[in-house]
Amino acid sequence: MSADFLLFLIVGFVAIAAATAMLFSRSALYAALFLITNFGAVAVLYLLLNAPFLAMVQISVYAGAIMVRFLFVIMLVGAERRGREPEAPTLRWQRPLAIVLAIVLVVQAAYVFITRAAAGPAPAETVDAGPLSIGKTLIGSYLLPFEVIAIVLLAAMVGAVVLTRERS
Amino acid sequence: MNQLLFISPILFPLLGVLINTMLGRRMSEKAIGWLAAWMVIASFAISLVLFAQLSAAPAEARLTWGAIDLGIPWIQAGALNVSFGFLIDPLSATMMLVVSGVGALIHIYSIGYMHGDPRFARFFVYLNLFVASMMLLVMADSFLLLFVGWELVGLCSYLLIGFWFKNLKNAEAGRKAFVVNRIGDAAFILGILLTFVTFGSLTFRDVFAGVERGGESVQAAVAAITLLLFIGATGKSAQIPLHVWLPDAMAGPTPVSALIHAATMVTAGIYMMARNHVLFEAAPSTQALVAIVGALTALTAGYSALTQFDIKRVLAYSTISQLGFMVAAAGLGAYVAAMFHLVTHAFFKALLFLAAGSVIHALEHHGHHHAVDPQDMRNMGGLRAKLPLTFAVFAIGGLALAGVPPLAGFFSKDEIVLDALKHNPLVFILLTVAAIFTAFYVGRQLMMVFFGRPRSEMAEQAHESPAVMTAPLLALAALTIVGGALNLPGVGTLGYWLAPAVDEFKTHPLDVGLAGAFTLIALGGLAGAGLIYRHAFAAPDQADPLSRLGLLYRLSLNAWYLDRLYQAVVVKGFYTLSSFLASVLDLGGIDGLVNGAGRLARSAGEWLRGAQTGFVRSYGLLMLIGVVVLVTYFLVAGANVR
Amino acid sequence: MDTVTPFVLLSAILFALGLTGVLVRRNALMIFMSIELMLNSANLAFVAFARQWGRLDGQMFVFFIMTVAAAEVAVGLALIVTIFRARRSTNVDDLAQLKG
Repeated sequence: MSADFLLFLIVGFVAIAAATAMLFSRSALYAALFLITNFGAVAVLYLLLNAPFLAMVQISVYAGAIMVRFLFVIMLVGAERRGREPEAPTLRWQRPLAIVLAIVLVVQAAYVFITRAAAGPAPAETVDAGPLSIGKTLIGSYLLPFEVIAIVLLAAMVGAVVLTRERS
Repeated sequence: MNQLLFISPILFPLLGVLINTMLGRRMSEKAIGWLAAWMVIASFAISLVLFAQLSAAPAEARLTWGAIDLGIPWIQAGALNVSFGFLIDPLSATMMLVVSGVGALIHIYSIGYMHGDPRFARFFVYLNLFVASMMLLVMADSFLLLFVGWELVGLCSYLLIGFWFKNLKNAEAGRKAFVVNRIGDAAFILGILLTFVTFGSLTFRDVFAGVERGGESVQAAVAAITLLLFIGATGKSAQIPLHVWLPDAMAGPTPVSALIHAATMVTAGIYMMARNHVLFEAAPSTQALVAIVGALTALTAGYSALTQFDIKRVLAYSTISQLGFMVAAAGLGAYVAAMFHLVTHAFFKALLFLAAGSVIHALEHHGHHHAVDPQDMRNMGGLRAKLPLTFAVFAIGGLALAGVPPLAGFFSKDEIVLDALKHNPLVFILLTVAAIFTAFYVGRQLMMVFFGRPRSEMAEQAHESPAVMTAPLLALAALTIVGGALNLPGVGTLGYWLAPAVDEFKTHPLDVGLAGAFTLIALGGLAGAGLIYRHAFAAPDQADPLSRLGLLYRLSLNAWYLDRLYQAVVVKGFYTLSSFLASVLDLGGIDGLVNGAGRLARSAGEWLRGAQTGFVRSYGLLMLIGVVVLVTYFLVAGANVR
Repeated sequence: MDTVTPFVLLSAILFALGLTGVLVRRNALMIFMSIELMLNSANLAFVAFARQWGRLDGQMFVFFIMTVAAAEVAVGLALIVTIFRARRSTNVDDLAQLKG
């Protein structure tokens, strides 16, 4: 068992634990904090997978900017205050059925990944995934999506402003 | 350029249609009428030029001399390949001259007759369109183009019969003509389709070559084709059993009756049979039927004409009867005789109608008692003195119709009965009786209209028609007198002219015995009518002397009760079937299906709307179920592939 | 580390957890966070496969997914705030007006 694999086991366990905790936490605030933990763990996994740039982006954008915004909204609407309520009658089957189906899906995915792993190639030599080569690829063959995504971000910004503006 | 000359007999009247349609509102009556008339005269002049050129060609080349193809593909669908092709051979040249010649005279006459009508321009548009269509019909070199003309003249006929549509009776007459003609046309279309299926082409030349090549093998098909074509002819040429529309067609303005329902359109069926004589000769069974139907029509319609009171209805039944003569001749294979009678009949029947129109015009315009029917012969009488010119030409036409020598009708009828005597005794007997009837109703009509004393105020005040109307009458009267010279016995000008197009022809000297017998018949019928009707109708409401015959009289007056029979069987049956289909099949069956489908959708919706809970999460769950099912499917299917 | 299979298995587990969260939680914010978790698990799978094939394309996809996620969060949270203002609730079960 290599050191990398040991690290994977530990970090993977942390990621699953954080996600599960998020799932069951009553308070949205705690849930957000658990999600940040999960994101951090995944960032470590990115490092293990030779994606140092993405790991940094994960920390700064996802765990940082996006989740901060979540926290702001949670503070604003006070969502964690609401207690438990009985399920609506039509949704009585929702919870057990959802859990069962999710488990089925995991089992199916695991079956596929394990039985077909042999079909894929052995892991290739690591490529340079530093900021420089990422940037070159981004401005090179991915130029058009890059520009498009810039417009998407602009549109989202405008949309967010328009949606939240108080009507007078 | 040459091609343009060839089709300009069609184009000139079409030009008239165009101009009068667009500018008719702004032009004076005179301009409209003379424009239309000149267009037809131009058509006639070009027909004359073409005729002269054609007759300059050697006899054996005349069949192909005037065959032109505009080279414009019209229909190209699979094996069907039709282009605009025309054929000017002796047969169509003859028809072109008759149509445009008689047509031109009637156009001129109409200028006077239709004077003051609020829809004057419209009338001439229809008349011009009719001439163009009829020219198209006779010049076509394929069944399809002929059918186009065939339908177009039917349309014009419908439009003109119902020209005064504000009177419901006229509109209904137009509709009746249209519907009855449709029955024949349906068979005609089937005949055309069967022709195409059998011979793979629709041009006359290909089809005729196919008949000669096919011999025995196509005999059954040819019999069916000719039968279907003949049914079409019974519609257009008013033969039993589809003749019922023609008497009602007299609802149209009188020039229309003269042009369409006597001189030209109704002869389309005869022309069509002469054109397709190759087909008909290859089908002896159809030929026999054609002869019998024609002779029966001649007899029954002549019988119906005996007791009519409407001046135009007499002529209408007479037209049917004379068409019966032509059809019988065609059935006997005597196409020259049929065409000869067609031409002379066009002359004298147009003359009779126009003269009748002159009578009606005189009564209508000078009498002011519109409650009295100006077409009822019981309201006439004594017009000989008031309308001397009209009387003279009417008498000439009538005598020609009765078959008095040396007028045109005598020679043409004589040829038909001679052929009948040679080939088919039954047809001969029927036609002889019909000839007796003909002479009698002509005499009766002359007596009732022109002799005796005036039986109404308007008859007393009648005055002769204007020159624009009487000039065409005189021209037609002249043609009626000399028309027989076209095909004198022993000379046979028309016969030898037509022979390449219709059949071999050999003229024969006058059969003195037969001609004498028929002259006696004509004179006897006229004299009998003169005797019987000399003192009849002292007053308009007096009964007809023939009414003493009882049932025989009523049969004639009501035209064998055919209209009532059709009304009871066909029309009533149609309504019964329709109401059955409407109430049971449509409301119950089809609407039931439709409503059922609606109800099914509605109840399915009622049931399925339960799935639409409105909760976002349950929609999400449904998506997940779908995902799991799909993944499972691909796993199983993928396992199978591998 | 000779195989990426454990990474994709982990990705599948995280995805299923996020999915369950979407389906069982009633709070709109929780649902939204669960969706982020699902996106994240998909990203992990992308990076793992990029590692296996020795190419950068998978990482580029993740980059774009992160950007779209940022845009989506901006708009989504704005919607939640607006809905909360109007209805004083973030419970998605209260928003069931569209039922048949």
